[in-house]
Amino acid sequence: MAKFSLTINKKNVEVDVDPSTPILWVLRDHLNLVGTKYGCGIAQCGACTIHLDGNAMRSCILPIDKVGNQKITTIEGLSNHGDHPLQKAWIEHDVPQCGYCQSGQIMSAAALLKENKTPSDEDIDIAMNGNICRCGTYTRIKAAIKTAAK
Amino acid sequence: MALIKTSVNRRSFLKSSALAGGGLMLGFSWLASCKPVTEEEILTLPEEWFAINSYLKIGDNGVVTIFSPNPEFGQNVKTSMPMIVAEELDIDWKKVIVEQAVYSQEKFPGGAFGQFSGGSQGIRTKWQPLRMAGATAKQMLKEAAAQTWNVPSEEITTENGVLTHEASGNTAGYGEMASAAVQIPVPEEVKLKEAEEFTIIGHSKNNVDGKQIVTGKPMFGIDYQKEGMLIAMAVHPPAFGMTLETINNADAIKSMSGIVDVFPVKIYKETYKRGYFDTNSFPEMVVVVGQSTWQVMQAKKEVEASWKPITPSTQTVNQFGRDVIVHTPAELENTETHNSQIDELMAKPMKEARRDGDPDTAFKNAAKVIERTYSAPYLAHNCMEPMNAFAHVEGDQVWLAGPLQAPGVIEPTISDRLDIPIENIEFEMTRMGGGFGRRAYSHYMVEAAIISQKVNAPVKLVYTREDDMTNGIYRPTYKAIFRAALDENNALTAIHIKAGGVPESPLFANRFPAGSVDNYLAEEFAIDSNISTGAFRAPRSNFMAGAEQSFLDEVAEEMGKDPIEFRLDLLKRAEENPVGESNDYDAKRYAKVLKLVRDKSEWATSNPSISRGVSAYFCHNSYAAHVLDMTMEEGRPVVQKVTCAIDCGIVVNPDAATNMAEGGIVDGIGNAFFGEMTFKDGVPQKNNFHQYRMIRMSEAPKEISVHFVDNGIDPTGLGEPPFPPIFGAVANAMYKATGERQYNQPFLKNSKILG
Ligand code: FES
Ligand code: FES
Repeated sequence: MAKFSLTINKKNVEVDVDPSTPILWVLRDHLNLVGTKYGCGIAQCGACTIHLDGNAMRSCILPIDKVGNQKITTIEGLSNHGDHPLQKAWIEHDVPQCGYCQSGQIMSAAALLKENKTPSDEDIDIAMNGNICRCGTYTRIKAAIKTAAK
Repeated sequence: MALIKTSVNRRSFLKSSALAGGGLMLGFSWLASCKPVTEEEILTLPEEWFAINSYLKIGDNGVVTIFSPNPEFGQNVKTSMPMIVAEELDIDWKKVIVEQAVYSQEKFPGGAFGQFSGGSQGIRTKWQPLRMAGATAKQMLKEAAAQTWNVPSEEITTENGVLTHEASGNTAGYGEMASAAVQIPVPEEVKLKEAEEFTIIGHSKNNVDGKQIVTGKPMFGIDYQKEGMLIAMAVHPPAFGMTLETINNADAIKSMSGIVDVFPVKIYKETYKRGYFDTNSFPEMVVVVGQSTWQVMQAKKEVEASWKPITPSTQTVNQFGRDVIVHTPAELENTETHNSQIDELMAKPMKEARRDGDPDTAFKNAAKVIERTYSAPYLAHNCMEPMNAFAHVEGDQVWLAGPLQAPGVIEPTISDRLDIPIENIEFEMTRMGGGFGRRAYSHYMVEAAIISQKVNAPVKLVYTREDDMTNGIYRPTYKAIFRAALDENNALTAIHIKAGGVPESPLFANRFPAGSVDNYLAEEFAIDSNISTGAFRAPRSNFMAGAEQSFLDEVAEEMGKDPIEFRLDLLKRAEENPVGESNDYDAKRYAKVLKLVRDKSEWATSNPSISRGVSAYFCHNSYAAHVLDMTMEEGRPVVQKVTCAIDCGIVVNPDAATNMAEGGIVDGIGNAFFGEMTFKDGVPQKNNFHQYRMIRMSEAPKEISVHFVDNGIDPTGLGEPPFPPIFGAVANAMYKATGERQYNQPFLKNSKILG
């Protein structure tokens, strides 16, 4: 076990965990930030996507001792009132079915829009191909990203 | 207006009481429909609630809480079921708060299936009870107002939560009459609205959990937390056909950081008479319990255990009240062996399921016989939220929470396994991260309860993705041979279907094209297996539809007919002069979706650069047809557009229903292209998404256009019906695009992982 201090959603937090613990489990088990989901644990599904200094990152393969002082943003911290343009667009398009994959989808999309304000369909496909939705909401996700980009 | 007796369901309407409230405030925007979300409205909670029946309570300020009875796994019942109550109650949807109901056979009658999500039956079976719940409450409010104002209740009208007596000029909100309404006896009869009067049903409302989902609020079973809760994970046998012998390094595991205990868990008692949904994969496994997920995951990897073959068994299983004998062989099974077993039985005489006319003579006299063989592999459900369950067993009280489709069917099993009376077991139904049939088999709930009882603490059992994929209740593997006889005029004279699988036959002998051909024969067989299988989004239909619809396409081509016209000809025959008596579909409704999809897809206007495939199917009481447009890009099929027509009766929440149909289409394309699980010596050959190929965004259709038949018929299923026919549409479009027919799923084998 070792003590780590992290900046998560603009707040400083301290945790005492095994240095190999992925950020996913630090968030979920130790900080009660469960919006970041577990889907595969091997960087294949995108359910655990967070931002590390603004870049999309699979938190399931990111050990806490590799974070250093990079800032972490989770779905809970993406906006102050759940009013990020993507979150609004997601509701407008009523994207979710089961909803389980959606925080990861939104975090991947948010990282895309930060880099690329007007993504083409192909840009969206490339950025979002790492996020699986078993319910099959892809067409709505794409439409919502386009709405948010407007 | 239809008068409906309430008596059948009176039990759920009897309890009326006042409940303590508390003037809380609730952010409200996600409850409203089609509103800009920035306009956050605040709904003030009442001081006092009045429970009118199991489905709803009314606050003294007119706010109404509606309890959605069935568990939600993405099919939108948590929104659409309350919409049905609200419709008959005549309440402003903006004044409605929705809560997931607790599991209670007392409150929601229907036995073990009173609160069941599966088989596309939710809205269909709850349609009447939900309407009655709203209508009964409205009637009681009217009676209360009638007594207060001393006027006849029939003269009182309701609208948007307001009672009005025009003649006397009296008016009151529901909140003002709620305390008096709970004193009113439950009416013997209630009036239900005519479809033309609906103002909520048929008008899209946003998902009531939308805001929580997009802000990452805890709602899923895997998110469940409780003070002092431990995490448990299982190490199951490496292969089907094996079980636990001993744990060899328990002390070493227990000494690992954060680990509390490691022990064997037998899932069911050997003497227990299982029900249909008690299917599980392994008789006994190892469980590791510890403080945190990561610690338990590490310890799980270090567990050393000896495994032994299971003993072959014969069990009597209670299949919905019918005793069925199930043989479980002990061999380690292989996909290759399955295939040769299937081929062997395919060549032998098998069980006849239906015979019309004289198929033998028709085939003997045929000028041409078309015979094609179709196959499909096992599929893993791959719900994005892996199986998990929270359990807290304290003495003889059991508290369970988690994702499950069918609490009613696992309750007796838990009671038997723990020796705790059924009435001491309580379930909280969490939102499910997908279900697709998998979570009807909630052996993981039993496992969590056993673990909690053993360690005497609240426990959350979590399957890793690997556990989830290799401890599955898979879609079985199937094969079917379709044969058609054509006479010298190239007219269809007979159809013969032979179908079998491991461990069940996929055949539906009385479905189309049965009833549309004079000579028809359907036969089937099944092979015993120890690999656990069960319901997977439209069981059996999810294979048969693709096979049948690909075959009909080929027959149409051979006959020189347009594939839609050919199907319509057959359906016309089935409608006007059906062959046989037990045809289980309505040929007219079937034809209607084909005609609708033909029109909406502009089937007649062909575009040479687009390859199109059509397919239609009937299952779960509903009809669905698709036209799929495909192009080839760099040698790969790209789905440009899917046009879909569905007849599922009245559509409660149109935008959500469209979403569900889109999902079925995308999921179906994914499984048709990539879905496959294989076995070698009992070992599942894929354990995570680096091996199990799932459809990704770039492979989804670029456009999906969904159309519903508007016929005012009471609602039928929707979660499953759009799924099976898409397999046929993909196959038929691929044929047009590549010149090659697709007989064996998945159609794109060995395609690279895009993750
Ligand atoms: S859980 Fe991290 S990518 Fe799947
Ligand atoms: S909404 Fe269910 S997995 Fe995406």
